[in-house]
Amino acid sequence: MMMPVIATSTTPLVIIAIYLGLLLALALFSTRLFRGTSTDYFVASRSIGPFMLLMSVFGTTMTAFALVGSTGKAFERGVGTYGLMASSSGLIHAACFFLIGIKLWSFGKKYGYVTQIQFFRDRFESRGFGYLLFPILVALVIPYLLIGILGAGKTIRGVTKGMFPETFTGDPAWIGSVPSWLTGLVICGVVLAYVFSGGSRAAAWANTFQTIVFMCMGLLAFYFISQKLGGLSEAIKNANPAHLVRDPSELELTGKNGPFTRHIGVPPLMFLTYMLIPLSVGMFPHLFQHWLTARSAKSFRLTVIAHPLCIMIVWVPCVLVGLWATAAFAGGIEGLGPKNKAFTGLPNQDTGAVLSLMVKFLIADPVIVGLVTAGILAAIMSSLDSQFLCLGTMFTNDIVLHGKPKGHYSDKQVIVIARGFVICIVLLTYVLSILNPQNIFDLAVWSFSGFASLTPLVFAALYWKGATKAGAFSSVIAAMGVWLYFFSLSGWGGEYTVLNGVMPVAFSFGAGALAMIAVSLASAKPSAETVNKFFPDL
Amino acid sequence: MSAKGIIVGLAILLGILHQDFWNWDDPSLVFGFMPIGLFYHACFSLAAVVLWLFAIKYAWPTKLVEWAEQDEDNERINGE
Repeated sequence: MMMPVIATSTTPLVIIAIYLGLLLALALFSTRLFRGTSTDYFVASRSIGPFMLLMSVFGTTMTAFALVGSTGKAFERGVGTYGLMASSSGLIHAACFFLIGIKLWSFGKKYGYVTQIQFFRDRFESRGFGYLLFPILVALVIPYLLIGILGAGKTIRGVTKGMFPETFTGDPAWIGSVPSWLTGLVICGVVLAYVFSGGSRAAAWANTFQTIVFMCMGLLAFYFISQKLGGLSEAIKNANPAHLVRDPSELELTGKNGPFTRHIGVPPLMFLTYMLIPLSVGMFPHLFQHWLTARSAKSFRLTVIAHPLCIMIVWVPCVLVGLWATAAFAGGIEGLGPKNKAFTGLPNQDTGAVLSLMVKFLIADPVIVGLVTAGILAAIMSSLDSQFLCLGTMFTNDIVLHGKPKGHYSDKQVIVIARGFVICIVLLTYVLSILNPQNIFDLAVWSFSGFASLTPLVFAALYWKGATKAGAFSSVIAAMGVWLYFFSLSGWGGEYTVLNGVMPVAFSFGAGALAMIAVSLASAKPSAETVNKFFPDL
Repeated sequence: MSAKGIIVGLAILLGILHQDFWNWDDPSLVFGFMPIGLFYHACFSLAAVVLWLFAIKYAWPTKLVEWAEQDEDNERINGE
């Protein structure tokens, strides 16, 4: 069904431009604190305090998923979305920060690591292991980056629909909207500007600002939408009843390509095995880098405790808005009126646009629309900057500098190399974002599943003296082999489960864990020197 | 049982409680606006906050942290 063109004020774009300007100004201010050393560029001289660590870790973890994905998934699957993705993350993310983050920070502090691979190379006494892990981590981060850029494109497309009917005439369903390639270009340019100039310190400042912005704007959208729908109780009354329970059911709908079935609810096995996916934070290289920026281990305390709370503050309102949208998009909300018939035409695969369309059509105040959209972009960019930076850091330290004698490059040369890599990665990701049309949230789950499959590696490295080099190689190869197998079966990125709802991550995680245990038990133990280094007698 | 053991036990218990199969087909609303399935998991998030508060208080790796903070930074950047 084609959506009609709606004349739109350009005020939201002005607000977004002001927001991006403020962000750049703040980030560039933070570069005045830049100490000019590579340590400052990569890990902010390990000087970040508790509040900034919480904000930067939370902002980095919550990408387009936080506002856009949560609303879209609740609209699609119903109330089970929160338990599926949010409450489990509150428990497991914090567990990873506590059990993995503090230990890795300690080793990073003690032995001067700035990347995960440096730690794994030493722990498993193998330079080659770094060359195995490096391309895998890069390959898993890039889809994660794409999620952000594509998510930004979809959001702006929804908000600007009908804004420039004579300039942007490409896609008839989104006529007059700013195309995704242009949004991606602007977003990449802004993030590149501050990551290039200030590195990790600028990213931490920018993330703190952006996390505050997206949390506040999410609540703002929630308040105004609920008011427009007649209050909280009225808003939920019209929601599709099937979305208020977790029992699986099906809804027959008609989209622009004909009839289709929407699967509502969450199958029990999916709900159970989905709990493995938040383990991914234990292996995110960009999160590892944030952990290393902490001034002291005490900085972690606030992050561990407040992370589940921050998730709740963001996700509960967004899930409710997604439930309310099941009424709005069915044309069931009284008072929407004929001019907002566009609501009924939401394409099936564009659930990521639910929040921005709800804000645009229900609140219909261009200033609020601009503010909320700025919040969505903040959530997206607060992940992008860390990911760009971490890939630049890994290329520099794990490939270029690895094996070179100390002093081979001057500190300034190291920063130049890192900045060069950051530019290359931004360009590569931008080009891929133009080429990749996949459903971004399914792609995200695959990226998270890949990282989660690698967590037996980091757990064993930190907690099992008997974990060996051969075990580490086997674990990574087995986990990635199984992950790749299911990824291909999914059609390279679609939603995919086996055995009535089991997430593929259950198999890839299990394969990685089994391989680590079996091969480590059967292979040569690590040297006493390595065991003493990573399991000090305390 | 040690404090660490209790915390591990509570974490496992939360993992089980996360499944809340008893709410799966219940459409009732709490406070007239929040589906019970959502309310339960919002409370679950708060329970996670309390769990990690206890973990910080009773299972903080004091010795490891002191060991790590004994020396000044020894950056690995620019070679071995």
